[in-house]
Amino acid sequence: MNIVFEKTKGLTDKTFHYCPGCTHGIIHRITMEAIEELGLLGKAVGIAPVGCAVFAYEYFNCDSYEAAHGRAPAVATGIKRVHPDCLVFTYQGDGDLAAIGTGEIVQAAHRGEKITAIFVNNAIYGMTGGQMAPTTLIGQKATTAPYGRDENHAGKPIMMSEMIATIPGAAYIERVAVNTPANIRKAKKAIKKAFEIQREGKGFTMVEVLSTCPTNWGMTPEDALKWLEENMMPYYKLGIYKSSEGSVING
Amino acid sequence: MAEQRFIISGFGGQGVMLMGMILAYAGMLEGKEVTWLPSYGPEMRGGTANCHVIVSDKPISSPIVTKATTVVAMNLPSLSKFQGFLEEDGKLFINNSLIDVKPERKDIKDYYVSANDIAMGLYNSKIANMVMLGAIIKETGVVSHNTVEKVLEKIFHGDKAKLIPVNIEALKKGETLLLN
Amino acid sequence: MTKILMKGNEAFGAAAIKAGCRYFFGYPITPQNEIPEYMSRELPKVGGCFLQAESEIAAINMVYGAAGAGARVMTSSSSPGIALKQEGISYIAACELPCVIVNVSRGGPGLGGIQPSQSDYFQNTRGGGNGDYRTIVYAPANLQEVVDMTGDAFDVADQYRIPVIISADGMIGQMMEPVEFSERKGRPLSPKNWAVTGTEEKRAPNSINSLYIVHEELEKHNWRLDSKHKAIEKNEVQYETYQLQDAELVVVAYGTTSRVVRSAVMDLRKEGINIGLIRPKTLWPFPYKAFDEISEKVKGILTVEMSTGQMIDDVRIANNGRFPIHFMGSPGGSIPAAEVISERIKSIIRE
Repeated sequence: MNIVFEKTKGLTDKTFHYCPGCTHGIIHRITMEAIEELGLLGKAVGIAPVGCAVFAYEYFNCDSYEAAHGRAPAVATGIKRVHPDCLVFTYQGDGDLAAIGTGEIVQAAHRGEKITAIFVNNAIYGMTGGQMAPTTLIGQKATTAPYGRDENHAGKPIMMSEMIATIPGAAYIERVAVNTPANIRKAKKAIKKAFEIQREGKGFTMVEVLSTCPTNWGMTPEDALKWLEENMMPYYKLGIYKSSEGSVING
Repeated sequence: MAEQRFIISGFGGQGVMLMGMILAYAGMLEGKEVTWLPSYGPEMRGGTANCHVIVSDKPISSPIVTKATTVVAMNLPSLSKFQGFLEEDGKLFINNSLIDVKPERKDIKDYYVSANDIAMGLYNSKIANMVMLGAIIKETGVVSHNTVEKVLEKIFHGDKAKLIPVNIEALKKGETLLLN
Repeated sequence: MTKILMKGNEAFGAAAIKAGCRYFFGYPITPQNEIPEYMSRELPKVGGCFLQAESEIAAINMVYGAAGAGARVMTSSSSPGIALKQEGISYIAACELPCVIVNVSRGGPGLGGIQPSQSDYFQNTRGGGNGDYRTIVYAPANLQEVVDMTGDAFDVADQYRIPVIISADGMIGQMMEPVEFSERKGRPLSPKNWAVTGTEEKRAPNSINSLYIVHEELEKHNWRLDSKHKAIEKNEVQYETYQLQDAELVVVAYGTTSRVVRSAVMDLRKEGINIGLIRPKTLWPFPYKAFDEISEKVKGILTVEMSTGQMIDDVRIANNGRFPIHFMGSPGGSIPAAEVISERIKSIIRE
């Protein structure tokens, strides 16, 4: 019998704790597949955030860390400075990276820290129960924005890829989505590219992944994918925001 | 000698920190207990700098000098600020190149050293601190001239070694000054 | 060995590098700036890495990363900056990682002042981070102790896998005193098999983590930390006593304050007034047992601190109701003069 598919060695056998229809599982898988394909599992160090992916260290089949909320880029910096030959990546949500950890992510990019941030943007705080995130869309309801996000009150959703791309130390910034098989393939390619650029020592790399949260959005997984495409993608435009070719290529 | 406690003060660039450091360093080379404590933080930003130096034959409790045996005033604000810290019969060294007033204290011994004028005559005003230091070591006997020379050899090395002779000359000038 | 005249803050750096510290992450704050300045100059010369972080929060998390990566790592700050590091210190303690943290204290609360202070006794010994954790706290009283304790701190941190805090103040940091760098004996230490280094696909993955979501596991983890803390309390207490046998009154002081107290005690003995001294060299573990040496004849205990009274809580625990306890404090940044302390001691004895 031919083996036509095998789970990546980059993931442990531990069952994911994620809700039905959540796209974290997909992002874990493509991240670890990319590392395995690059032959870097023995060099990889993954840093889990505080958020839904807080247990990611149990799924990554490589050396790992659990950081305090928002501090993963600083922890990654400490590890990378001690082991420059390691592939060091953070896996962070939008509360972690775009709210409490904005200082750490901006400064890591600014230093051109040779790490990769996998930034999962699902426009909401998942683990704590659906509170408003900096990335929550205008009008989108959240448990701390029961009337919908009002831009006069809470500002407009933060666009991290656009912002980080302006920093000279950032070498590769791309926004992808995992709503269709084609987009998932593109997302994996982007993550692999970011890891390669880290290996080349060119600077800070980040891949923002638009993701769903059916539970806190109050939708079926299918409706959630549709909502992502119809509401998130027009605002958070997919594309490469920074690459070695230099200029911003807005897709 | 039991314990000598110095407050050395002036404006930034007069080399008052270095003067204190040389005293402490020389004391250490002579096997004495020494401490050196600089003023720090916003206090330094106002333009005056000072350091506290203690040279003692027993362990030093606090390096902060509250009752000085010697106060060195390299400029007028230093005189106003620190003459009150002198103990009775303490020694007050006044750089009268830059200070044209007399101290209010009458229960102390005052010494006048035209440090800047002499320094200018020898080299430039940067060695005014060495002229003053010469006067201090001569009058207080805290450390010997030879030890100070050894310290100068240790702190001026490489390109700066050429500055040693002129510093020694300034030191010697200061030492002879008050005998006249 | 020859003596070197050195500034306290530089002595911290020199002793750390000599002890094998190769990584330093910090953020500027007075009065400890000469530590990061020294490290930025000297670490590259020995193949190490100095990095100025964007905040104390980032700095301590970089320390967290480097410590888990198996390195000898240090950070330093002063009171308000240490406050910001507390979250990270809790994580480092929880993950059982070794590191050294220097707190060159200044007055507080809030922005406070920059003069010497001991009002961080609680901050250093109790910590502001969450959870059942402890940090070993050394309190050097002179620059030779800065050198010796900093060297030992790295070994002790590695041995117990625990953060070690060195509690100094602006005076210790800024002053110069002669110091000697003698060869340290060092402790026998286990290899850091737990460190995150990349598996090289030759071993099972290592994970540095403080999350125990199953309450039985967290309980087990905490009791294990507790047994480690008990071992430290048993083995690592350091203190000095001075003439407790015939003392009418015992003074307790640490760090900068203990220097002045010592000279007051010696002056009084010359006058025929017999005073004893207990000087904790470790603030945690606190030398409770030193108080057992106090004879029943003692009229009381005087605690002298540059605060409104923090160590006095530990003195009360140690005293266990035996003697009246008196307090003398200076919480504004001034170091009490020996004569003032002597006067206070005399007035207590006359009571």
